[in-house]
Amino acid sequence: MTSGGDLLIFLALATPLFAAVAIYAVGRMPDVRETLTVIASIALSIVTISMFMRVGAGNPPVLTVARPLAGLEIAFRLEPLGALFAVMASALWGVNSLFSIGYMRGKREANQTRFYVCFAFAMFAVMGIAMAANLFTLFIFYEVLTFSTYPLVTHAGDAAARRAGRIYLATLVGASLVLFLPGIVGVHLAAGSTTFIPGGLLTGKVNVVTGNVLLLLLVFGAAKAALMPLHGWLPAAMVAPAPVSALLHAVAVVKAGAFVILKTSAYIFGSDLISALPAATWLLWVAAGTIVIASLVAMTKDELKLRLAWSTVGQLAYVTSAALLPAAAGLVAGGLHMLIHAFAKITLFMCAGAIYVATGASKVSEMRGLGRSMPIVFACFLAGALCVVGLPPFAGMWSKFLLITAAFGTQTWITAAAMIVSSLLGLLYLAPVAIRALLPPAGDGSSGGFIRPYGAPGPVVAALAITAAGCVALFLFADAVAAYLAPIARRVP
Amino acid sequence: MSFILLHFNYVAVAILMMAGLFVVVSSSNLIKRMIGLAIFQTSTGLLYISLGKVSSGTAAITVDAASPEKQALANHLDPAYVAQYGVAGVVYSNPLPHVLILTAIVVGVATLAVGLAIAVRVREAFGSVEADEIEVLSRLESAQAGSQA
Amino acid sequence: MISFETLYAAAPALTAHAPVLMVAGPLIAACVAALSPTARTSWMISVTGSMFAAWMALAITGEVARHGAVDYYIGGFAPPLGIAFYIDGLGAMMALLVSSAGVMASIYSGHSLAAEVRAEKHTHVQAAFLLCQAGLLGLVSTGDAFNAFVFLEVSSIGAYALVAIGEKRDRRALPAAFNYLIMGTIGATLYVIGIGFLYAATGTLNMADLSARLATLGDSSVVQAGFAFIVVGLGIKAAMFPLHGWLPGAYSFGPSLIVIFLAATATKTSIYLMARFIFDVFPDGAAFGRNFIAWVLAPLAATAAIVCSIQATFEREIRRILAFSSVAQVGLILLGLSLATILGASAGLFYLMAHALMKMTLFMAVGGLAISLPARRLDDFAGVARDAPWSATAFAAGALSLAGAPLTLGFLAKWRLLEAALNAGQIWIAATVAIASLLTLLYVGRMLEAIFFRSAPAGAPRAVEAPVGVLAPVLVLAGLNIWFGLDASLPEQLAGAGAKALLAGAP
Repeated sequence: MTSGGDLLIFLALATPLFAAVAIYAVGRMPDVRETLTVIASIALSIVTISMFMRVGAGNPPVLTVARPLAGLEIAFRLEPLGALFAVMASALWGVNSLFSIGYMRGKREANQTRFYVCFAFAMFAVMGIAMAANLFTLFIFYEVLTFSTYPLVTHAGDAAARRAGRIYLATLVGASLVLFLPGIVGVHLAAGSTTFIPGGLLTGKVNVVTGNVLLLLLVFGAAKAALMPLHGWLPAAMVAPAPVSALLHAVAVVKAGAFVILKTSAYIFGSDLISALPAATWLLWVAAGTIVIASLVAMTKDELKLRLAWSTVGQLAYVTSAALLPAAAGLVAGGLHMLIHAFAKITLFMCAGAIYVATGASKVSEMRGLGRSMPIVFACFLAGALCVVGLPPFAGMWSKFLLITAAFGTQTWITAAAMIVSSLLGLLYLAPVAIRALLPPAGDGSSGGFIRPYGAPGPVVAALAITAAGCVALFLFADAVAAYLAPIARRVP
Repeated sequence: MSFILLHFNYVAVAILMMAGLFVVVSSSNLIKRMIGLAIFQTSTGLLYISLGKVSSGTAAITVDAASPEKQALANHLDPAYVAQYGVAGVVYSNPLPHVLILTAIVVGVATLAVGLAIAVRVREAFGSVEADEIEVLSRLESAQAGSQA
Repeated sequence: MISFETLYAAAPALTAHAPVLMVAGPLIAACVAALSPTARTSWMISVTGSMFAAWMALAITGEVARHGAVDYYIGGFAPPLGIAFYIDGLGAMMALLVSSAGVMASIYSGHSLAAEVRAEKHTHVQAAFLLCQAGLLGLVSTGDAFNAFVFLEVSSIGAYALVAIGEKRDRRALPAAFNYLIMGTIGATLYVIGIGFLYAATGTLNMADLSARLATLGDSSVVQAGFAFIVVGLGIKAAMFPLHGWLPGAYSFGPSLIVIFLAATATKTSIYLMARFIFDVFPDGAAFGRNFIAWVLAPLAATAAIVCSIQATFEREIRRILAFSSVAQVGLILLGLSLATILGASAGLFYLMAHALMKMTLFMAVGGLAISLPARRLDDFAGVARDAPWSATAFAAGALSLAGAPLTLGFLAKWRLLEAALNAGQIWIAATVAIASLLTLLYVGRMLEAIFFRSAPAGAPRAVEAPVGVLAPVLVLAGLNIWFGLDASLPEQLAGAGAKALLAGAP
């Protein structure tokens, strides 16, 4: 092992795990519990940032933990995409914890300890996914993530929540078992291992038919990426409290799906094989369809969180498209979009949560005029919305620009067209939410309906302001991130 | 026809086997079912013994003209038989199936005993040895367990 | 790392008589237990007898790993006259499985029996349990086809009596036991008839001799009839779909002690014997054998895996859910074996061990909860996790393993099965495995949801955490589910050795 890299991986896994246990132990004392969560997220961020630096310096941490069966290893190895994902997740965990504290206390939710424990546990799974050195390890943590977030989705504990939880589990685990796992086993049989190798593990090892089947199995199997027709769980999971939605739709679950597709494309299939497989083209059509349909459905939803969820379905299909563009043209843009969308979407969800906790309003039609009392929240919402749409000076512009350029560059017109159409639609269904809220209230002019006289709790507003600032900051540093990610698209001779 | 007559023992085996199995399946009385099971098991005994029988063979007692003790044993054999084949020419039936079936009979008796014991307990618990009545009572019990909670 | 190497070191030096001692130990202990004065002494005798058997099994496994198969002639009479014990990699694996299940069940029974059976009957229960164990151990070590029948019945008679003993809790145990007895005896008798046909055709009962002589006989109709009788007879014992009718009743009404032990071993040993006949005794190339595997065994196994999983989803009683799940999992084990490749057989055997471990954990956890909560329906277990967190956690470990969640043994077992199916080019088997896993998840999800995420209705009887004597073995097994999920080299090597012994010449 080279100079403590393994220690970093160990810490990245142990910190959230230890946090989960410790939070459980001190569950009776809310102050200690929540302090622990914040401390753990800061510690984890430090660890992931140092891993990020090491990867940048060309000295990636490596660790093999166990060998459950002959030929199968639970092993970890960082690469730029995973390092970026880890940093993003740990940083947003911190912000989200801040938000959770305000939200959960403000709403006086039950079972708060279970909430924080599962949250920490989900971060453990995310770290495992980000650092996995092979598909086998990745699959393990992918499933851990599903199971650890199930109690979060069903947090409310009522019939609706349980029903959503069932859909959530059935879709995600179902796709994993029926599609993803056979796909991984197939890769293992075809290549003799499942290790992520720059340039593609399967290059030269499979024929077109097998390659097609494996690509379809893996891309649809990673159902967390919500490619249609396996997107149903995402809107259903909207019954969960806002911090959970923020985690699911910005940090952990959906990004894990997008990450898996990017990683599979870059390290399992490789650009040459992807360019040669007809299935990649079919999937681009499916992704383009998903982008447009999701945007159209989002326009019809009055429930704000539902509208955001459908928007997420569309945005995830952007990343899927990026991963499947020929000649690795979209990989860097896809990685960048994953990061930027995370910041934008978490801002939007936290805003939705802030509005809900302050006023009890969850429908777009109820929000007219609320912005007068909650200017910061709605300003941040506008920032997040414009970032998702892709207007300057928000970071979303860069990733969209790169994505559409790549689609044009590879003459994938369908993808380019879908992205442009959906951006316009996005402007129509996201921006008006904020604008209408900032307009004068209708009727008698009173901004009635506030549950809390002082608006959203302080930590909530602070959290969403931080991520909104992130959307702007990334506008300035997008180039650096893209340069950092460049190695993943490099073709290995 | 002559094939069947020559193999009448196997025919008997088949008839017993089917009869036993039929009683087990068709009867709802637990005791009758045990009887059917016993007949079914017995048929295997007959099968094995038939297998071991060597035509015109005799009991498996070694006969040796040189040894006076064994010669003495041979005296119990049918003298006409010994006269016909000579001491050295005696043909034995295969003794192994007998041994096997002895074991199988023991097993069968043990099974029968356990089965009858359970039947007695069933009678004490349900007041009946008719399978269909017990079935009704069991169903009722399952339904009650459902409505209690 | 637990592996063969550790077994070398751990295994005690093989006494020359280990194979017979392994069987005789529990047999003698059974007599002593029946005569012992109090419930407590009989329990101690039971634990001692089981541990002795496990020790011998360990010794034999070590010996087999070092020097290959063990031959033992009872009383010094060599076959074909005498009865031979023959323990190869497969037999050693099964012996280790049966005896360790016996140890766990006997330790567990110390507290669980008190709640289920009147104290004065404990001596008899322990005796019957030891008898059952001795029978199964004999079954997996004997090399004689008829002897196998005797051992099969010795174990079964013990099991019938033990299921019937569950009447104190619920009188429906009696008809269930009776039904089990009828089905089991029919199965055993069919097996004996089949052996009779083989004996008629070959004139031997020794499995090795049978194998050699059958290879020269070809497709004789007597041999085929014998094959059919044997397979159907053992199919009943192994609860092979659609011959599984006895299993749900026996598993849901028997006392925990025997249900745990049966769930882990009874159907498995019959599968072992069936595999022994299909792959080892009958000639490899025989057309009827291959046709049977391809057109009867595999389709029935696949049907079992799907249909019984669905049935488990609709059952209301928790033990019946687990029982139907067992039938479905037997289907998956047979699917692995039906691939008839080394990889497939080792996957099947690996799954066999994994299933034994997880089902044992589940039945133990349920039994531990049932001590204080005399309920059978899933709804009655709602919210149990609050009252008995440790039992519930152990249950969760077993259930996740059953569902094939990663980081558990069940996941690795499913992986191996999928891998073997795809490797053999049997896509439909891989698809069946995947769909069956999905269905498994449905009923596992139902159980976990009830136990962890629902709250008990007001006024309902509440569970109390199981006593330590019950909890300890449950937690050990739950831990093993996870431990082997991280390092399955021991079961994998055992299964690999078993598969090699089973399919000496196969690819």
